[in-house]
Amino acid sequence: MKAAEIIQVLEEKFADRIRAKKPEAIDPFVVVAPSDLLEVARFLRDDSRLRFDILNCISGVDYLEPDLKKAPKAGFEPHTEVVYHLQSFTHRHRFVLKVILPRWKDDKPGELPEVPSVTSLWRAADWHEREVYDLSGIWFTGHPSLTRILLSEDWVGHPLRKDYEFPLEYHGIRGR
Amino acid sequence: MGWLEGFGKEENVITTSLEQAINWARESSMWPMTFGLACCAIEMMATGASRYDMDRFGAGAFRATPRQADLMIVAGTVNFKMASRVRRLYNQMPDPKFVIAMGACTCGGGPYYKYGYNVVKGVDLVVPVDVYVPGCPPRPEALLEGLMRIQDKVRAMKDLTRGQPLEVPIPCRTGYTMLPDELDTHEKANAFVKKTKEQATPAKA
Repeated sequence: MKAAEIIQVLEEKFADRIRAKKPEAIDPFVVVAPSDLLEVARFLRDDSRLRFDILNCISGVDYLEPDLKKAPKAGFEPHTEVVYHLQSFTHRHRFVLKVILPRWKDDKPGELPEVPSVTSLWRAADWHEREVYDLSGIWFTGHPSLTRILLSEDWVGHPLRKDYEFPLEYHGIRGR
Repeated sequence: MGWLEGFGKEENVITTSLEQAINWARESSMWPMTFGLACCAIEMMATGASRYDMDRFGAGAFRATPRQADLMIVAGTVNFKMASRVRRLYNQMPDPKFVIAMGACTCGGGPYYKYGYNVVKGVDLVVPVDVYVPGCPPRPEALLEGLMRIQDKVRAMKDLTRGQPLEVPIPCRTGYTMLPDELDTHEKANAFVKKTKEQATPAKA
């Protein structure tokens, strides 16, 4: 199936719950709200025309220009995105699903934004979501054990956020 | 330096000081610990393998446990999560113990110095380092040179008899390399560079 057809199928099913779409991109995608994510993902996996049976990758993207002078020209409002790369072995097509989140939940710094976990649909999501949580700081509700996967458990902060401050010291070892 | 310098030789009898004999035995059997953390480990394996053959200098027996090793070659990036383990392994080694910091990462952070949020900026912040071998990764010859510096250090050890701290030894191997024939003199080297440049320029169509 071509990307435009996939988007058409999704729009027939979900109508205006598809927030945005871009069929002409290299990786065509649609954007859904976090509350609709599980439903859309389940449809993508189970519908006989789509059958996305493998989740290739989950990425967390932080959109923020830390330089205040450059911020007006950056071309985006500060936000984070979670990107799901899906692929189908049966139909040999691929598709991208995006969820746009605020950088902090309710704009309170320190409160991680939340998105439902898709581990119930794809088991591969387990470690991917732990990695995104570890490095980008996005909380996946419903994940079986959302702990840090790469950094040590007592690490402070999420390093791939643009406003992350490097540690000066870690357990008595000088950081820089 | 001959392998028995300092040993007086008479007919079938060798006289030496106990300290010298022990140092000689110690430097000729430095057993390193298998300790590869990143890409430098590949180069360390090459050093141990037949082409470079670290066993020629008595350091070919890589031990899988710190309790049998007296040399720790820290080969690769050390991150904060690994640092406590590096220190524990170092503490488990029996005295006298030596550490080679192999590669740019262990010497001072290397390419991760500025943006590596998780990388220790030099393994000397974690364990005391005896010899630094820079390079990214260093060639096997460089690691062999580092091993020889460790051996110099062992040879200068006097703590067995006098209880004095280790002094910094004067290196006795210079580290000069033998140049190939076409680079032997300046004129030859210039000609060689000119020739290779001519070969590298694309031919006109």
